[in-house]
Amino acid sequence: MTTDYGALMHRSEVAVSVELQTQDMTLNIGPQHPSTHGVLRLVANVDGERISGVEPVIGYMHRGYEKLAEVRTYAQMTALVNRIDWVSGFASEVPFIIAVEKLTGIEAPERAQWIRLILTEMFRISSHIVFTSSYPLELGATTPLFHALRERERVLELIEGMTGGRFHPNFNRVGGIKPAAGGGKTQKQVSMDIPAGWLEETKAVMERVLGATDDSDTLVTGNELIKARTVGVGCIPGDKAIEYGLSGPNLRASGVPFDLRKHEFHLPYDQVDFDVIAGQNGDCYDRYWVRLQEIREAAKIVLQAIDKIPPGPLRSKAPRVLKVPKGQVYVRGENPKGEFGYFVISEGGQKPYRLKIRSTSFSNLSILPWVLKGALVPDLVAIMGSLDFVLGDVDR
Amino acid sequence: MITGYFWVDLILKVVAVLVVMIGLALVAIYAELKVMAHMQNRIGPYYAGGRWGWAQPFADALKFIQKEDLVPAGADAAIFKSAPYIVVAATFATFVVIPFSSSLVARNLDLGVFFLLAISSLTTLGVLMAGWSSANKYSLMGGLRAGAQLIAYELPLVLTVVAVVVQAGTMSLVGIVEAQAAPIELGPLSISLPFLLKGQIVGFVIFMVAAVAELSRIPFDMPIAESELTMGYLTEYSSLRFTMFFLGEYAAMISMSAVAATLFLGGYWMPFVPESALTYVGPFILIAKIAVLVFFMLWIRSTWPRLREDQLQDLAWRWLIPVSLANILFVGFFKVVVF
Repeated sequence: MTTDYGALMHRSEVAVSVELQTQDMTLNIGPQHPSTHGVLRLVANVDGERISGVEPVIGYMHRGYEKLAEVRTYAQMTALVNRIDWVSGFASEVPFIIAVEKLTGIEAPERAQWIRLILTEMFRISSHIVFTSSYPLELGATTPLFHALRERERVLELIEGMTGGRFHPNFNRVGGIKPAAGGGKTQKQVSMDIPAGWLEETKAVMERVLGATDDSDTLVTGNELIKARTVGVGCIPGDKAIEYGLSGPNLRASGVPFDLRKHEFHLPYDQVDFDVIAGQNGDCYDRYWVRLQEIREAAKIVLQAIDKIPPGPLRSKAPRVLKVPKGQVYVRGENPKGEFGYFVISEGGQKPYRLKIRSTSFSNLSILPWVLKGALVPDLVAIMGSLDFVLGDVDR
Repeated sequence: MITGYFWVDLILKVVAVLVVMIGLALVAIYAELKVMAHMQNRIGPYYAGGRWGWAQPFADALKFIQKEDLVPAGADAAIFKSAPYIVVAATFATFVVIPFSSSLVARNLDLGVFFLLAISSLTTLGVLMAGWSSANKYSLMGGLRAGAQLIAYELPLVLTVVAVVVQAGTMSLVGIVEAQAAPIELGPLSISLPFLLKGQIVGFVIFMVAAVAELSRIPFDMPIAESELTMGYLTEYSSLRFTMFFLGEYAAMISMSAVAATLFLGGYWMPFVPESALTYVGPFILIAKIAVLVFFMLWIRSTWPRLREDQLQDLAWRWLIPVSLANILFVGFFKVVVF
């Protein structure tokens, strides 16, 4: 009996041409998941390991700050706004207080402005160190976390020495900054200035931070496996980044050198010399690299600011009961994570009529469905981590 | 034969293997805690046991056992419950053939290497069972990743072992150690060297890479990948079953290191140690070699991030398998022409 190879071949061709019927699996990632930075929920459609679509579900941490602002005085609000993006609390206090100062016409003395600048940059260092140390952790490398957080601890100690708080300084007042830590009846005598020796100590710590970024370079940046996981992953071209309203390091990594510290600043950023770091490809590696370089630039800014800080009072005269005249203003600042803005409408009186918060992470997160389409599940973690969002900042 | 009675001997051997394995696994857990801590500017466990936190592995195990033993409602209960025991049994069974000295070996099989490879790949079955029966999507993905990974890395592992078997001319593990102890004549010199220094260096490197992948340790820990799949196939496990997996993981680390030490580093044999002393010193020599290899695995873990599944497959099929095939050719040529 002869085998009819032609028929067999024909049959196999038929079998091949019929596509295997598969069904996409819906994978519910979060809100309780190790790499969603809190309570982000992603409903992902996965075909094997490839993501065909993802829908972020947010709002698990909504605390209603915009509504809360309407029943609080301006002075009370600084305690709240630094809890929006808790990794860089001070940096989100500053635009708010400047907005109020613009409405009232009270201006902060120069020394206070410089201290605001120094603290903002120190919070930038702290926030970026949290990113550069925890990002390798999402890729599975545990060691960089401990090495980098060591230097962050020094920075936080300094912040605590100045403001009394590590995370939530609540240090800004309308017309300047709060007199430094201290208290009691003699507060006026002993603590009308920053703690003695603080500036010298900060200088030493900034040198250590610069050394730590070099450590990060040798431990993480050049690592072949880190590159294999991040180079070319989650590419966001510049025009897409602008379309989705990305800002901060995420935007600059895509090759758009836009930095509010150069373009629209309310602190004396024009008197310090620093570079705007921009990436090229807008991939995860660039987003990591840009932040690492920004730590260096921030440390340089602090070192320059320490040399330039003028003497003088920390706070100008402001009424005890602050009545803000009618008006509206939008003030934005360069938060470590990007553009952070407050739109304040005042109808007169002690409380704002409406406060709109343009929070950074909310806008940065909006690109997630676009950039995750077609990515692999392991890349989901790499991309999500590289956008560096804080859920409190997303949900407010 | 220890006592002369078959069943008594058998029970004694089983107990000995279990005690040694669990003991070594606990030491490995402690080493992982301490070594990683010191590489990361930490002290690591400090309080448990009063000194150096030596009791931390016991405390961990006790804590795990106390947890509620959960079986998910949708799980295939029988398979879910038996999976950890298959993993542990397969891992422990590898120690049956590993020689701690020329006489201290539970069973000196002629096909020792073959048995070892066959039984150690049974762990894959347990992992797949765990992933499939958990009724959890993360577990399923972890299980499938483990399956794909273990198939890809079983091949280079086996191929490098084939090269060793070719060089030794035997599949018995005791025979392989003796082949390394046998002196080779180089002109007037008569020296004996482990296979690592006798042209197996490429094989050793490939074996270790494949072993790390088989063990699902960083950089190849995608089946567990806690930042992606929460805990992969372990997600739904708790209590004693989780402890089993946990212990099995470290026991597998020890057994893989023991196999590598036996195949490439001379096992219980060491140069300049007299033959008569080997019976007593041999086990310690082997354990020292295991310790060195385990240390390397911990070092790798605290140095590197995780690779991606497709990159891992790429490495296996495009690099490790062709190179290990070339390695067999090279070793065969070496064996026929030189020795």
